[in-house]
Amino acid sequence: MKPFAYARPADVAEAVRDVAAEPNAVFLAGGTNLVDHLKLGVARPDLVVDVRTLTSADVSDLPDGGLRLGAASTNSEVAADRRVRERYPVLAQALLAGATGQLRNTATTGGNPLQRTRCVYFADVTTPCNKREPGSGCSAVGGYTRYHAVLGTTAALPDPTAPETCIATHPSDMAVALAALDAQVQVLGPAGERTIPFTELHRLPGDDPSRDTVLEHGELITAIDLPPLPAGTRSAYRKVRDRASYAYALVSVAAVLPPGGDVRIALGSVAHRPWRATRAEELLRGAELTDHSVRAAMDAELAGAQPQPGLGGGNGFKIPLVNRTVVATLRALTSEASA
Amino acid sequence: MDAQVTLTVDGTRHQLPVDTRTTLLDLMRERLGNTSPKKGCDHGQCGACTVLLDGQRQLPCLALAVAHDGAEIVTADGLAPAGELHPVQQAFLDADAFQCGYCTPGQVCSAVGVIEEAGRGWPSHATADVTAELSPEQALTHDEVAERMSGNLCRCAAYVNIVPAVQQAAGVQA
Ligand SMILES: Cc1cc2nc3c(=O)[nH]c(=O)nc-3n(C[C@H](O)[C@H](O)[C@H](O)COP(=O)(O)OP(=O)(O)OC[C@H]3O[C@@H](n4cnc5c(N)ncnc54)[C@H](O)[C@@H]3O)c2cc1C
Ligand code: SF4
Ligand code: FES
Ligand code: FES
Repeated sequence: MKPFAYARPADVAEAVRDVAAEPNAVFLAGGTNLVDHLKLGVARPDLVVDVRTLTSADVSDLPDGGLRLGAASTNSEVAADRRVRERYPVLAQALLAGATGQLRNTATTGGNPLQRTRCVYFADVTTPCNKREPGSGCSAVGGYTRYHAVLGTTAALPDPTAPETCIATHPSDMAVALAALDAQVQVLGPAGERTIPFTELHRLPGDDPSRDTVLEHGELITAIDLPPLPAGTRSAYRKVRDRASYAYALVSVAAVLPPGGDVRIALGSVAHRPWRATRAEELLRGAELTDHSVRAAMDAELAGAQPQPGLGGGNGFKIPLVNRTVVATLRALTSEASA
Repeated sequence: MDAQVTLTVDGTRHQLPVDTRTTLLDLMRERLGNTSPKKGCDHGQCGACTVLLDGQRQLPCLALAVAHDGAEIVTADGLAPAGELHPVQQAFLDADAFQCGYCTPGQVCSAVGVIEEAGRGWPSHATADVTAELSPEQALTHDEVAERMSGNLCRCAAYVNIVPAVQQAAGVQA
């Protein structure tokens, strides 16, 4: 591991100044992703600024009836919080479907959505990877693509040597629920505070796959706010994976269904960012939710999906799988609602 | 780059300079000679290193020592006074819940955490309805224990005996 300096400043303002002043500085929260990357050589900072004890660890009520999750609240605490379980079950379920008990006890609200991709080539410093080493190429194209994207990519076989190529997915379960809930991200940066809608936090690769989010260097997540939901809103998270526990998603679905209102759907592990199925949502607006209408709406959502060929048959299976997972999730939510 | 840290491990306070890159796991094993937490993967994947860090089961292989200055750590070695066994340790013996034993200190610490979390009514992925209250008995059914312990891998596959051991230690009918 490359040597680095460690700092635990007095408060968040100082932490932001410290990171902003050093181009090769990073924030540290629970460390379950960053420390792994320090060991692998994927992250090679000169300065590590520890914010775990500086940001709030509380889950608190907001005046509008929503909830504020302090950046240092742990995944376990948020998933166990009564208000989260009763009002935002989709979030409790997503958190509980992620990682393990030990990891959730350490992982934080700020760190979880900012975890990096689990693309195996990203984690292997001996292979080209545009996300880790801009301009080096993408080893995943035509390689092991089982966990890779089918949405938001440019082509079924992107140019592996092009600097903009990246077919990675975002691995967080929590982030998929937060996208469906229209959460708001509270950020403190060198230029002051700003609020970012959660659905705009993560980027598509665009021309710079090394950037996962729109956060600028030195910008710190201080809290994530959950907006209030109408009474009687139902929500659920469904994760499909290679084994029953302790595995990343092949695909996942977060759905939020207000009574008599319009359904919100977010998809996980299908794109470089949590994917709000806005096209399907639009087609389902005012419509009755039946297996048929949902399947048709998802067909439209997935019309532009690009299966990636690769080892073991590639990842084309994700397209029908995510469609069926949405149908199953909404079928359960609507039958719960009519029960 | 060095930094000074103070840690309490199994009741003994230690103050020592550490390289900022040192994990809590390496500090305990290499510097303090406490080899109870095992190094299986060193990447947060196997659970062999599980300890109670500030009262909660966590993974010291992914924790920088400098970031945990002042922490209280209990390893499997410190769960009970010398010469005695913690109820979870006794249950692992009674249920024959191990073979080679390499994963066992991590399993035991994880089980202590699982029982405590169940006592607080924490739900898990195996919980049918996360909105409902959860009694310790409901939180420690076979499927619940298997899910809650899924972060502790056992290469000898002693799982069939580990689940009843955890239930026995918690006083739950298997
Ligand atoms: C074996 C294993 C299995 C896993 N399985 C799953 C899974 O199934 N599903 C899942 O969703 N996750 C899974 N995870 C990932 C885990 O959820 C993340 O590692 C964790 O949530 C990261 O949170 P942290 O607080 O430890 O972040 P850290 O590791 O401390 O930080 C992660 C990143 O966020 C940045 N950061 C942290 N806090 C802030 C902040 N407040 N503001 C700005 N930047 C910040 C850091 O600089 C770093 O780049 C798994 C991890 C492991 C090791
Ligand atoms: S998919 Fe993205 S993260 Fe994976 S190798 Fe290609 S550029 Fe790197
Ligand atoms: S050594 Fe820590 S989880 Fe494997
Ligand atoms: S008893 Fe051998 S690894 Fe678990």
